[in-house]
Amino acid sequence: MFLKKLLATSALVALGAAGAQAGEITVMSWGGAYTKSQVEAYQKPWMEATGNKVVSVDADNPATPIKPQVEAGNVTIDIADVEYSDAVRLCDEGLLEEIDASALPPAPDGTPAEEDFIDGALTDCAVANIVWSTIYAYDTTKFPDSPPTTMADFFDLEKFPGKRGMRKAAKANLEMALMADGVPAEEVYDLLETDEGVDRAFAKLDTIKDSVVWWEAGAQPPQLLADGEVVMTTAYNGRIFNAAVGEDKPFQIVWDGQIMDFDLFVIPKGAPNKELAMDFLKFSTGTKPLADQASWISYGPARKSSGALVGTFMDGKTEMAPHMPTAEANMGNALVNDFEFWADRDTELSERFNAWLASS
Amino acid sequence: MAIPVYATPLERAWTWAYRIGCGLIFLFLIAPILIIIPLSFNAEPYFTFTDAMLSFDPAGYSMRWYETLLTFGMNRPDAPGGAAWWADVWHNAAWVQAAKNSIIIGVSATLLATLLGTIAALGLSRPEMPFRRTIMAVLISPMIVPVIITATGLYFFYSATGLANSYAGIILAHATLGIPFVIITVTATLVGFDHSLTRAAMNLGASPPRVFFRIIMPLILPGVVSGALFAFVTSFDEVVVVLFVAAHDQQTIPRQMWNGIREQISPAILAAATLLVIFSIILLTTVELLRRRSERLRGIKQS
Amino acid sequence: MPEARTAAPLRTADGVPLKTALARAQRRAKWRAAGLVLPLLLFILASFVIPIGQMLFRSVSNDEFSSHMPHMVAWFAENGDAEPDDAAWEALVLDLRQAREDRTIGLIGTRVNYELSGTRSLFTSTARKAEDMEPPYREALLDADEDWADPELWGVMRRASSPYTDAFYLAAVDRTRDATGSVEMVDENRQVYVAIFWRTLVLSVTIALLCLLLGYPIAHLLATLPMRYSNLLMILVLLPFWTSLLVRTTSWMVLLQSQGVVNDVLVWIGIIGEDGRIQMMYNQAGTVIAMTHILLPFMILPLYSVMRTIPPSYARAARSLGATSWTTFRRIYLPQTVPGMGAGILLVFILAVGYYITPALVGGTTGTLISNLIAFHMQESHNWSLAAALAGILLAAVLLLYWLYDRLVGIDNMKLG
Repeated sequence: MFLKKLLATSALVALGAAGAQAGEITVMSWGGAYTKSQVEAYQKPWMEATGNKVVSVDADNPATPIKPQVEAGNVTIDIADVEYSDAVRLCDEGLLEEIDASALPPAPDGTPAEEDFIDGALTDCAVANIVWSTIYAYDTTKFPDSPPTTMADFFDLEKFPGKRGMRKAAKANLEMALMADGVPAEEVYDLLETDEGVDRAFAKLDTIKDSVVWWEAGAQPPQLLADGEVVMTTAYNGRIFNAAVGEDKPFQIVWDGQIMDFDLFVIPKGAPNKELAMDFLKFSTGTKPLADQASWISYGPARKSSGALVGTFMDGKTEMAPHMPTAEANMGNALVNDFEFWADRDTELSERFNAWLASS
Repeated sequence: MAIPVYATPLERAWTWAYRIGCGLIFLFLIAPILIIIPLSFNAEPYFTFTDAMLSFDPAGYSMRWYETLLTFGMNRPDAPGGAAWWADVWHNAAWVQAAKNSIIIGVSATLLATLLGTIAALGLSRPEMPFRRTIMAVLISPMIVPVIITATGLYFFYSATGLANSYAGIILAHATLGIPFVIITVTATLVGFDHSLTRAAMNLGASPPRVFFRIIMPLILPGVVSGALFAFVTSFDEVVVVLFVAAHDQQTIPRQMWNGIREQISPAILAAATLLVIFSIILLTTVELLRRRSERLRGIKQS
Repeated sequence: MPEARTAAPLRTADGVPLKTALARAQRRAKWRAAGLVLPLLLFILASFVIPIGQMLFRSVSNDEFSSHMPHMVAWFAENGDAEPDDAAWEALVLDLRQAREDRTIGLIGTRVNYELSGTRSLFTSTARKAEDMEPPYREALLDADEDWADPELWGVMRRASSPYTDAFYLAAVDRTRDATGSVEMVDENRQVYVAIFWRTLVLSVTIALLCLLLGYPIAHLLATLPMRYSNLLMILVLLPFWTSLLVRTTSWMVLLQSQGVVNDVLVWIGIIGEDGRIQMMYNQAGTVIAMTHILLPFMILPLYSVMRTIPPSYARAARSLGATSWTTFRRIYLPQTVPGMGAGILLVFILAVGYYITPALVGGTTGTLISNLIAFHMQESHNWSLAAALAGILLAAVLLLYWLYDRLVGIDNMKLG
């Protein structure tokens, strides 16, 4: 009797302690359907499992607020979801906490994390969660007879008249311009290393410049297509998938010339809840959460062991596999984003890109 | 504006053209503000008049975007109504949070700006004030200097002093931006202020606080209140400083609109805009009534 | 006479000479007035003047290179303009190694890249190899990348070894220094700021003139109508004035987008076809239309207050003396409204050059103004020194106009509503 009481009391104490420890972390991501997929697959399960709270905030590019926050010594973000080249660049500038890959959970079959993640998915300061790609998509009602099929078609205003949407950044646009100009995917970055290559890319962009509506947030391109402001637009493939399958919009993705990239979780240096953030990061880059995310948006998990678990979309009938950037049929002419190229050259090429945008 | 009898036919034509021109300019001024009101009742997620709306079919209209204003950001928008549902709205709905923040920041900034601004205006309107012109120019400058420059300066300053991401930081910044309006409106009511009134009161034995509260205050009150309203509107409408120095959980209404416009342009924005237009009509009426009261008090006749 | 005055000075009741007493009272009144203003003045200094001053200091000060490359700074301090010797190459390798370890190499590369485009990658990629470099260091570095021999690069590094620099003001006007240190234009496909400053100026002038064109008849109408009508019509001017800026910008987006109300009406009337929808937004037209609407009340109000004071009898006198209505307007009415026009144009222009929100939302790429570039460098490229330099130039221009406004109109005469 006494023992039972003691047990009950200690259990209560333990509960109280756990309650007091429950903390809160702030996760910054890209907004819209993508943030929703992370909330459903990572944040809600983690909150249930640990009793902690996640505050989810959005940015046009979560990499940009990190530098000012760290330099000002006023970091409010615990985890940010960033592109590969940004992760490398921020790491180079000493703005991120280092992450020990060996601390990540192994696959269910015991394969250590270092082997379970796809090549390149782990770096000094970042852990990848998904593989996504920049593609272009069009409104099928605008081109009922002969739809565009290649990257060159995106730049062909004569055959496919109408406004284009493009991201207001140098990244991906320069590569697409070169591919549209007939450069094979494997030669794109070698060519962009040279001044002639960059000139050629800008010259190609010049041909459609007057017809481009520039977007900044990932949620904008599907909106631009839906509003009829553009007839085709570059976009993140998952956003188009969610609009097309989830909301029955007449959008079609063109996979030719897709540019694949990782999105990675990083912890800004001096994050207020670093330990908790690390715990969240370990949890959410586990095999199951990564696989679960794929049922909310068509991005490929960064772990090999997650691949087999990927099922159907939340509508319960659409198979996800064929909609992934990594699906065999979509890889015909695919480019893998060269993160070192962009980590080193983003500043320079952005400068040139902005000068180009401003000149009329 | 009646056409004089001696007007030539050309002049008559010109007068009519002038009237029509003025009408068009008034249309240009007011139409963009009124057009969003019917559109905010659109049943479809479009930004333009649908056929159903044009034929005044009730099916073309709905309150769904006003509902969105309440439900967006809620934990469980589909839960049955009742106290729990409204509690959810109060604590989680994004627009409600934004409105709360806007009001907290706006009211605090207004109080600060009005207090400091009114006291300073009393000093500025005294003829003995040294360097009057220069000091006035400095105090009005927050209205003239581009907000982007102010925001940039505050961004670094707040980062260094720990005011970044705090309510205090935004309130101080908004108070600074509101002060010129208080100074201008209060000094305007003090122009033509009859100083013999205060001297008479003092001669009759009133203490300085008594003189202030019984003589000066009632006379300048309309100016103070309309200055305060200007300051409030300035804060309520300000987005650049908020974009630069506020934390992500300090969304205000304009900031929420800014996000909405750039990402998901849905008629919910128009619903919010409609409410703001109604709000500004109320403010305008208040200011106009105050102005007339002030003129009556000071004995200025409407010519 | 002077003796007479000193002999019998006027005194107050308590015996103090009147002159002294008056001066004292004057002084006290002065201090009292100043005392009332002082709290606000201190507040504005602390919350406005000092922050902006500090920010502007960044435009001439940047220590991202000088504080992270100690060996190089020391070598430049000793050797000045000399050609790099063995010690210099060694200092460079030592600093690169350290910077790689400290994870500051990105900052250093970015700082040099501001002045010599294309060098960030030089620093980051060479630093990765610096760990294994052996003497002679010159050859090792040139082996990694022959750009290290570029005299222009050494010129930039020499200048960056001091935290104080004019490079950002030069960059803000599309200029840079060559290897010898003389100023030249930057490469043509990187020139952007002068063009944007110019565009800001042209668009602001356009907007100010459009406001005058639209505001003048309205102000005239309001000033000449009987009070009960003009008060009613005044509401149409004041309502936009009191309506949220974002609401008005949103309205214009609704109206101007290619599937928007204006295009719909034009298609419906048949002026344009379904395919011929006009692009009125995300370009200069969008910025000009929306900003003219937003700033129009700032033109109408000062014009109106001037026009109301013009007695109609002058015009009647001119007419009765035989002037045509046009001559009457040109010779009698117009000159009397010049102060109001000046005040309105200046005010609208001052507000327009610093506009940010509206161009950001409806300006697209061709309709953005200098403020948008400042925001870009603040929030996205993080080139804060350049943002500060651009802000410094804009601020100087605005303050000049403000001074002019004060001289011509007087800030006391600024009226609201």
